[in-house]
Amino acid sequence: MDQATLTRSLLYLDGINVTFDGYKALRGLSLTLEPGEMRAIIGPNGAGKTTMMDVITGKTRPDEGDVYFGGSQDLTQLDEATIAELGIGRKFQKPTVFESHTVEDNILLALKAPRKAIATLFGRAAADQQSRIDRILETVRLSDHRDRFAADLSHGQKQWLEIGMLLAQDPKLLLVDEPVAGMTDSETAQTALLLKAIAEDHSVIVVEHDMDFVRELGVKVTVLHEGSVLAEGPLEAVSADPRVVEVYLGR
Amino acid sequence: MSQLLTRVDRRAHIAILLLIAIAVLVPVLALATPPRSLFHLPPYLVALFGKYLCFALLAVALDLVWGYCGILSLGHGAFFALGGYCMGMYLMRQIGTRGVYADPILPDFMVFLNMKALPVTWWGFNHFPYALLMIVLVPGVLAFAFGWFAFRSRVTGVYLSIITQAMTYALLLAFFRNDMGFGGNNGLTDFKDILGFNVQSDATRAALFAITAIVLAATLLIAQLIVTSKFGKVLIAIRDAESRTRFIGYRVENYKLAVFTLSAVLAGIAGALYVPQVGIINPSEFAPTNSIEAVIWVAIGGRGTLVGGALGAVLVNWGKTYFTGALPEYWLFALGLLFILVTLFLPQGIVGLVSRRRTIPEAPRGGDVEEGKVDSADVPAAAR
Ligand SMILES: Nc1ncnc2c1ncn2[C@@H]1O[C@H](COP(=O)(O)OP(=O)(O)OP(=O)(O)O)[C@@H](O)[C@H]1O
Ligand SMILES: [Mg+2]
Repeated sequence: MDQATLTRSLLYLDGINVTFDGYKALRGLSLTLEPGEMRAIIGPNGAGKTTMMDVITGKTRPDEGDVYFGGSQDLTQLDEATIAELGIGRKFQKPTVFESHTVEDNILLALKAPRKAIATLFGRAAADQQSRIDRILETVRLSDHRDRFAADLSHGQKQWLEIGMLLAQDPKLLLVDEPVAGMTDSETAQTALLLKAIAEDHSVIVVEHDMDFVRELGVKVTVLHEGSVLAEGPLEAVSADPRVVEVYLGR
Repeated sequence: MSQLLTRVDRRAHIAILLLIAIAVLVPVLALATPPRSLFHLPPYLVALFGKYLCFALLAVALDLVWGYCGILSLGHGAFFALGGYCMGMYLMRQIGTRGVYADPILPDFMVFLNMKALPVTWWGFNHFPYALLMIVLVPGVLAFAFGWFAFRSRVTGVYLSIITQAMTYALLLAFFRNDMGFGGNNGLTDFKDILGFNVQSDATRAALFAITAIVLAATLLIAQLIVTSKFGKVLIAIRDAESRTRFIGYRVENYKLAVFTLSAVLAGIAGALYVPQVGIINPSEFAPTNSIEAVIWVAIGGRGTLVGGALGAVLVNWGKTYFTGALPEYWLFALGLLFILVTLFLPQGIVGLVSRRRTIPEAPRGGDVEEGKVDSADVPAAAR
């Protein structure tokens, strides 16, 4: 373990192995994210991108390897709720919002506030709650849809709602899995703007297949392949790498 | 206060007012009208509808966990029966020397079984407040212990339903045994009085009816406040997408434990109100089919609506009373058919017919199922 890198990092993954029924989804994955950084992760289907997020958020326990947050918190020992409270928020590959709640209630539930059952049952709402919700709805352009059920939103709107829920949590690190899958071109462009704005005061990891979108973000790119890092660097450099070309075209 | 009342929807308002009205009217019609009058309510009807209201209370309890939190309990009959047994034990100890064997302490069946002393489990049950405490504690503690292990180990969906069913079945077998000291397969019966009033008298019957109606009204009110609180919104979030709820930082197991325990306590209270009105409690109350029937009441009335569960319980049991009179052997088929028809054509139940606001999205959703991988067993199809 590289102590200097670890203490400097916001997120530090080292030598992660994950096996599902004998299939190695992650093999010695290592990755470091600096505080404030936005990173794009690309890689062919099955490369292990989502599994990596599962490991970071406590959904999947790695068989081997270290996962540290903020230079000191060992995430492999914590459960999902604790990791979320430490400040890691996640958007799923498939939009998952609370379908039978209104848009506004979805944000309300995600809003940073006491999470204990006693607090939600008897506690009072914070005075600035409504203004925080309003601000987030504005950011994700859903102000006009606040009273609709999340189930009735379009696919793109659900993706935004989920990003809004992420913002409401106000995490230090956002993990965003394929935010523009199924979006129209204009929605994609808007989402890129939105994420860039979010990245101004948050650290972000974005997984995305859409190369135009990744180019739009203009950040350091990590290429995953068969469960480990194949290449890392600016998009131009990475996409010129013959091994990267090979895994993308060779399929 | 007035702010709290705005959270009670119209449906619940109507139901609560109606219950308060019948809590007053029924005793008046049963006791203060001459027997030949058109308005006279025969005592057997009072007892019958009192019983239905107990089932309604059980249904509301079940709806709280199933309708709002997606926990399909097939063992709620066990909590109902345990509450019933606690009340039964109190009633047994009120018999005193009026039993066949006239033992001042031991109930008849214990004398018959040659028991020499009162088992520890029966101590204190001659005191009504102690019995009341046990009515709440016994189902509550069992549900808490059960939920502690089940929810922490993340047992969900069909698996959870199966173990709740196993729980009630295990209790059924245990209570059948004479050496458990709860009257074996005869259970507890031949009650004489409750708090000094004759349980069989028309006035006591009417009073028990009124109390049940009031308790049901209060439960509807409290349940409505719970489900509209932020806590309730978290429950619905768990039902819709359990792992999403975890990832935004809620401890799902604690929420489930809280609502499951509360629901079990309510079911126990329902059982305790039931026993003096029907005059008997025996192990058949633990029968797995009882718990399944309760689920059907809720589905028919409208899951996730509270009032729907209560309505479903009353209507189905009313139907059952007449059906089992006319065609007893077909009742279960009729109930099964009704359940299938409602599931197919009325996913929101009877209440869904009149209410426009949707409570549970109709289309099956991805919810928890991230990429169809791990959590697909999270919610059984029937629970959606
Ligand atoms: N819970 C699981 N059980 C079994 N296999 C799994 C599980 N989760 C992931 N896998 C497998 O691990 C591999 C990596 O999956 P992962 O979802 O991380 O890929 P990905 O890079 O996110 O791909 P995509 O671009 O398709 O989303 C795949 O082969 C997948 O089938
Ligand atoms: Mg993926």
